[in-house]
Amino acid sequence: MDFREFLQHNIVILDGGMGTLLQERGLQPGELPERWNLTHPEDIIEIQRNYYDSGSNVVNTNTFGANLLHYEQEELEAVITAAVANAKKARESSTSTHQKYIALDIGPSGRLLKPLGDLDFEDAVAIFAETVRLGVRCGVDLIMIETMNDSYETKAALLAAKENSDLPVLVSDAYSDTGKLMTGASPAAMVAMLEAMGADAIGVNCSFGPDRLAPIVEQYLRYASVPIILKPNAGMPHSENGKTVYNILPDAFSRIVVELIQKGVRVVGGCCGTTPLYIEKLCRQIADKIPGFVPEIETKHNTVISSYSDAVFFGNDPVLIGERINPTGKKRLKEALRNNELNYILSEGLKQKEAGAQVLDVNVGLPEIDEPVMLTKAVYELQSIIDLPLQIDTSDPVAMEKALRIYNGKPMINSVNGKKESMEAIFPLMKKYGGTAVALTLDENGIPDTAEERVAIAKRIIDTAAGYGIDKKDLIFDTLAMAVSADNNAAKITLESLRVIRHELGAHTSLGVSNISFGLPQRDIVNAVFFALALENGLSAAIMNPFSAEMMKTFFAFRVLKGLDENCSDYIAFADMVQNNVTLGEKNAPSAVKDNLTLKSTIIKGLKEQAAKLCAELIQTSNPLDIVQEHIIPALDTVGKEYEQGRVYLPGLLMSAEAAKYAFEEIKSRMTDTGVKDKCSFVIATVKGDIHDIGKNIVKLLLENYGFDVSDLGKDVSPEAIIEETVRLHAPLVGLSALMTTTVPAMEETIKLLRVKAPWAKVAVGGAVLTEEYAKSIGADKYCKDAMDTVRYAEDINATIRCEQ
Amino acid sequence: MIHTLIFDAPAWNRREIKRYARIQGTEITYDTLIDDCIAEAGSALSYRVCYSILPVNTENNVLYLGNIPSPYQTIIKAIRDAQEVLLFAATVGAPFDRLIQRYSLLEPSKSLILQAIGAERAESLCDAFCERMNTELSAAEKCLTPRVSPGYGDIPLEMQKNIFSVLDCPRKIGLTLDSSLMMSPSKSVTAIAGIVDGCDKQLERCKDCEKIDCLFRK
Repeated sequence: MDFREFLQHNIVILDGGMGTLLQERGLQPGELPERWNLTHPEDIIEIQRNYYDSGSNVVNTNTFGANLLHYEQEELEAVITAAVANAKKARESSTSTHQKYIALDIGPSGRLLKPLGDLDFEDAVAIFAETVRLGVRCGVDLIMIETMNDSYETKAALLAAKENSDLPVLVSDAYSDTGKLMTGASPAAMVAMLEAMGADAIGVNCSFGPDRLAPIVEQYLRYASVPIILKPNAGMPHSENGKTVYNILPDAFSRIVVELIQKGVRVVGGCCGTTPLYIEKLCRQIADKIPGFVPEIETKHNTVISSYSDAVFFGNDPVLIGERINPTGKKRLKEALRNNELNYILSEGLKQKEAGAQVLDVNVGLPEIDEPVMLTKAVYELQSIIDLPLQIDTSDPVAMEKALRIYNGKPMINSVNGKKESMEAIFPLMKKYGGTAVALTLDENGIPDTAEERVAIAKRIIDTAAGYGIDKKDLIFDTLAMAVSADNNAAKITLESLRVIRHELGAHTSLGVSNISFGLPQRDIVNAVFFALALENGLSAAIMNPFSAEMMKTFFAFRVLKGLDENCSDYIAFADMVQNNVTLGEKNAPSAVKDNLTLKSTIIKGLKEQAAKLCAELIQTSNPLDIVQEHIIPALDTVGKEYEQGRVYLPGLLMSAEAAKYAFEEIKSRMTDTGVKDKCSFVIATVKGDIHDIGKNIVKLLLENYGFDVSDLGKDVSPEAIIEETVRLHAPLVGLSALMTTTVPAMEETIKLLRVKAPWAKVAVGGAVLTEEYAKSIGADKYCKDAMDTVRYAEDINATIRCEQ
Repeated sequence: MIHTLIFDAPAWNRREIKRYARIQGTEITYDTLIDDCIAEAGSALSYRVCYSILPVNTENNVLYLGNIPSPYQTIIKAIRDAQEVLLFAATVGAPFDRLIQRYSLLEPSKSLILQAIGAERAESLCDAFCERMNTELSAAEKCLTPRVSPGYGDIPLEMQKNIFSVLDCPRKIGLTLDSSLMMSPSKSVTAIAGIVDGCDKQLERCKDCEKIDCLFRK
């Protein structure tokens, strides 16, 4: 019987521990267990046969760590081929008559993926892909991805399995004592992502005994609509007379596991410390206590998305989607995108989170930029530091796929619509990568004028999605808010179609609320009332500006009135913060005037909010160039000198630089032309192989303060990428950073290449391991001992060449 | 066998935080900045240790800790008279690295203090762990010698590979080794200490060291 069919109708018995049994047979600490497939095949076959004989339906190949990070290609092939052959021999020689399958076992790579570690996501996919291809070629029946403790790596492995085979895939994660994965994912977030990507069964293994895994597996049961796996350890280990002993014995183990089967778990086995005896007892207890019982799998209808750590559910409680990362009508964001200023995008994201956004829309579409590249970069950087799910917003299917692929979780997709072309582009991507899409009720004929027609399009989208195996729970309908100034009935049509879709079709809804007031004065007044009406008609999510006081008032008041805000506590917290007619999100800076502060003194003291406020006031009366020359730069010089004299320390220097940056932002956001002439270009990067960038970021901040046009290429940057940027900008200055001795050769290589391809550029180097002599020996023009030193050098070069950009 | 332990937050040592941030003894205290950072760090930190006790043996005049060849003077000196060693890895977890990363781009001043906090947390975790082991060992009238780590003295970073394969760090505490032999999560420590008879003489780890110009010498 095909394993998928077997899984649908039976309790599936997996195997138990392998590593602990090999240790008993002499596997040494640090020895690679997969080599035993070649050196001790009899041991492997015997253990696996014992599992089959004890009642296991599925036995894993001994390939937990069999991947290209641990083995060269040739040995990997030999190890996996032998591993599958051993499992086949075990199955053939087993005398029991039940259904028996062989699973290709895939454990974690042992490395952390970027940005936490140095393994690239696509490299991880490629590494797992090779193991999958080899295993499939040898004839396994299914794939078991297990003991993963990071959501990103789990995604990489599942993607590799899906792209290289049609076999069933079981995915099991190892949770820590916090009830989350080591890198932070909650069970709800993992269920959302894995189910959406098409795993055949999902669950938990390793870490603890079945007692302590029970609360986690119960969360899986609550959220998932696929079979749930439980493969616990035999409790916790301790040493007894030099032997490792686990504290949950087979009887107790089986009792707890059977209780969890009664609650709905469908796929069971054991991990560290369990033996064929555990599996035998487990099978016996199942036969004795629950003969013939197979728990039903209840289909949940949750509309859910996730970040690398948390899930966000759509229901009666409205979800706020921050709209601010979208260049339409935002001069400063456009400039940031053109200049590759990802920091600006990140800070916009963080500010929206602080203001109450639960999801961030990410749109970086500008005619002059490479959208697939920029969108991928923005998604990658945002998900490195912000734990909110993202709504990927692009009309370019290529950009959409690239961003979905590297997204760590189950994203929101913005958008699909009733056009055939749109559905044909988006639905296959949703099926492959998972996601919940915003579906616009428009089609080839445009946006209909009646609610009936918009609902009809929604129905058609639901039917078409079903053909791709996508449930309506993963479609959130946007019935399109149109300007009431152009059509007096626009709001009525939008609201009526919204109500029908939500309450009669039973699908969730979303609106870009503020479009409704286009062309009207005091738009917030209209927006807030429309928002309230939409909420009352069943709006599940709003794409909106979380800094709008009127909108947030409506949001919190609605939740209180609908009984969605327990003890009114969210409302009370909000009310504490809100003042009439102020824009939210901007912290109320303490009065600067009262304290008799000047822009210069706020920068020297590192008072960010006050510096921004004073700068904003100065802009009213002074020209920006004067503000920079007479206030900001002298303040930075004062602090810089004190730093060099050892009177101010690095945190003080940085706080001043940050305050100056806040002041600069005021200038940039309010003036069409800052009038500030940038100094020359400065390309800066942490060299290839090195992922440490704090020093580089400090240098960058200071250089920007001093007016240099800094192009920051980030960390782990190849020599080629540095050369390309230097040539593109004809930059006279390049700064290279390295923390480790192991990456200094990469720095040397970069300098050599620069000398050939960009001979005009001066190269400054810095970083923990470098010294004056070391810098000289690798051919650098200048060793900079710290950030101020770099600024001084850059000023010198700038003065010498008087470059004008 | 490999044991895993989870600790509560060890007591905070502000003096050490300032030392790591290189702002100790300055007129300006940066107390507000440090307070803010400590408050934010709290929920991002976890404290995990995995360890194994290994026999010390000598084969062909090479010192082995379990199966790990360890022909380094620093180790030989550190574990003299020991028949067993304690090998351990400690980490304060990946979410803390995300926090540092968040501020690295937006507020480097906080990132700098968080780096120092991470270093202090990892060391305090090691201290808490060694204290606990010493308490257990004292029942058998044994104690730990001062701990040493790869990258210290003549112990090469390459030794990390051996330590990681013996302690199974990725699986036990989510600690990994990257291609440059650096650890991720970054605020982590691996170390070796000897287990010796008698606890009368208190060993000073700093005083024993030959690097007298060390910035961190106590």
